[in-house]
Amino acid sequence: MAKIEVKNLSKVYGNSPEKAIELMEKGKNNEEIRKRTKQVVGVRNVSFSVEDGECFVIMGLSGSGKSSLLRCLNGLNRASTGSILLDGQDISRVNTQELREIRRNKIAMIFQRFALLPHRTVRDNVVYGLEVQGIEKEKRNEKVMHYLKLVGLEAWADYYPSSLSGGMQQRVGLARALATDPDILLMDEPFSALDPLIRQEMQEELIELQKKLQKTIIFITHDLDEAIKIGDRIALMKDGEIVQLGEAEDILLSPATEYVGRFVQNVDRSKALTASAVMVKARSVVYPKDGPLVALHIMERHSMSGLFVTDRKGVYMGHITADDALRIAESKERQIDSIIRQEAPTVSPDTTLADILEIVAYTQIPVAVVDEDNILKGVLVRGSVIAGLAGERMDA
Amino acid sequence: MDQIPRIPINKWTDTGIDYLQAKWGSSFEIFSEHMEELILSLQDLLIALPPGLIIIIFALLAWRFAGKKVAMFAIIGFYLIYNVNLWEYTMLTLAMVISAVVLCIIIGVPLGILAAKRIGAHRIIWPILDFMQTLPAFVYLLPAVTFFGLGVVPAVIATLIFAMPPVIRLTTLGLKQVPEELIELGHSFGSTFSQMLFKIELPLARPTIMAGINQCIMLSLSMVVIAAMIGAKGLGGEVWRAIQRMEIGNGFEAGLAIVVLAIVLDRITQSFGKSNN
Repeated sequence: MAKIEVKNLSKVYGNSPEKAIELMEKGKNNEEIRKRTKQVVGVRNVSFSVEDGECFVIMGLSGSGKSSLLRCLNGLNRASTGSILLDGQDISRVNTQELREIRRNKIAMIFQRFALLPHRTVRDNVVYGLEVQGIEKEKRNEKVMHYLKLVGLEAWADYYPSSLSGGMQQRVGLARALATDPDILLMDEPFSALDPLIRQEMQEELIELQKKLQKTIIFITHDLDEAIKIGDRIALMKDGEIVQLGEAEDILLSPATEYVGRFVQNVDRSKALTASAVMVKARSVVYPKDGPLVALHIMERHSMSGLFVTDRKGVYMGHITADDALRIAESKERQIDSIIRQEAPTVSPDTTLADILEIVAYTQIPVAVVDEDNILKGVLVRGSVIAGLAGERMDA
Repeated sequence: MDQIPRIPINKWTDTGIDYLQAKWGSSFEIFSEHMEELILSLQDLLIALPPGLIIIIFALLAWRFAGKKVAMFAIIGFYLIYNVNLWEYTMLTLAMVISAVVLCIIIGVPLGILAAKRIGAHRIIWPILDFMQTLPAFVYLLPAVTFFGLGVVPAVIATLIFAMPPVIRLTTLGLKQVPEELIELGHSFGSTFSQMLFKIELPLARPTIMAGINQCIMLSLSMVVIAAMIGAKGLGGEVWRAIQRMEIGNGFEAGLAIVVLAIVLDRITQSFGKSNN
């Protein structure tokens, strides 16, 4: 079962949302609804589900409804219609006491402007959630120091937030959210207020932490590069609706609407696309038992000067060159296994184009893409990498 | 214009006061007695303490919260008061101001919280505050005497009416100024109403509330002469007597003592609001 399941969720701001919802069902757009009913549509019939341990990014420009949506997930906004199931429990229908318990134990939030309490030290900020839970003092302090260490701020425990830099303040926010050991983290543009370099550092740290902690994260951002870097899946929002939902590459390679397309245009594709998106099929391979004449014949046919070698199961073994094959053909050897070279670099399907470019630039032959079981998945040729950067898929 | 007969607000008021007096008069008396006891014992305590000790306490408070200069000023100012034989009167006034301000805080801060939290309460409380702040003090001096007799209790009640509005107003303002994100923070961690209030809202509103209390103290001090007209003793009484006898010098001395007290209390309480991140 999904960790979070949102079904047909809408959020309307105003005193009589029913009218707006009625118009919404008739397909009127938000602007029209606002003019006719004075109700503001924040979220419009949104459905999605998030798996346990997934990092789900909601992306959109300001006013797209992403913050409204996020705040529905922990009940800061009460949904107007639809349901939000957390582990099967509909939080849009729980009472105040149940909602409080869910917020205390299951779901924590990280804020764009950090939301640290200025009258409390770093330690006392992190302890807040535990204090609210009513956990006794000694146990509290132990946990706090653990999480402060996790974000690298144990030396700052007794300082006030005002003496910390933005990046450090957000780490305090992160430690505070983690301290109650929630399953779900709601992150509301957590890095938007930070300098670009600090932002990148924090993104990487979050990715590292996530490997360890495996939380279910809902991450909001207006920055597509950030979304691609962090998200397992991305939902793109406009006017309260999700216009496209999928993995980064789906969105980059096949934008669902013109709007998404424009969004995607300016993204740094070299960091977004991976080898699997731009590799071409390895059209021809040879097996170690094949003879040099067979290999030469294949090379001639495809006008290539080398070939990849795999075993019968597709496990990558290396490559051979035409010169070597010619040499052993003259000496009447019957198998090419003696001339397999292994010095050529390989990449995994997850390698980003930025990293591939470096390799491709210094390598003579195409680069093999192999997975964790060393199976040859495809081949990178210069043409396909460049086409990927330019935003077109090159069909092999 | 003259079609409608005169509306007898004056008679209604008199009838209302008479009714309250007849119905609750004895309760007012009992309340008045208890309160008088409290205020008088505070006065006795302040007078019984050696002046040197009180000067040192004020100097230390001023030094701790407002700096060296204010501490020096407190020492010199209070010594001057002692020197011109106004010490006891000053203590009487101080006791009355403390009583009034403590009551203002006890009543005003919760009302301020209520007004910040409930729009309905806000709608009721706000016009009453306007009324309290603009109604001339002399108008409610008389009913205060009717209910509580002459002396320090009606003086404190009159002071209360005059000095409480800023406490309520600024408490409400302070709570409303708490950043939205911090309110969300509190809710998102599942805080209860009282956890929100005591761990987030009140600490953040503290500087503003302190400004309200500071205003309350200053307004209380500015009421002491008016309070003297209904029998409160102290510096206000001295000024009032000096006025009646045309003793300009004595009047000036007592007035000066009020100013010294005001400045010291003002500087100390002003810095309460600031002395924290």
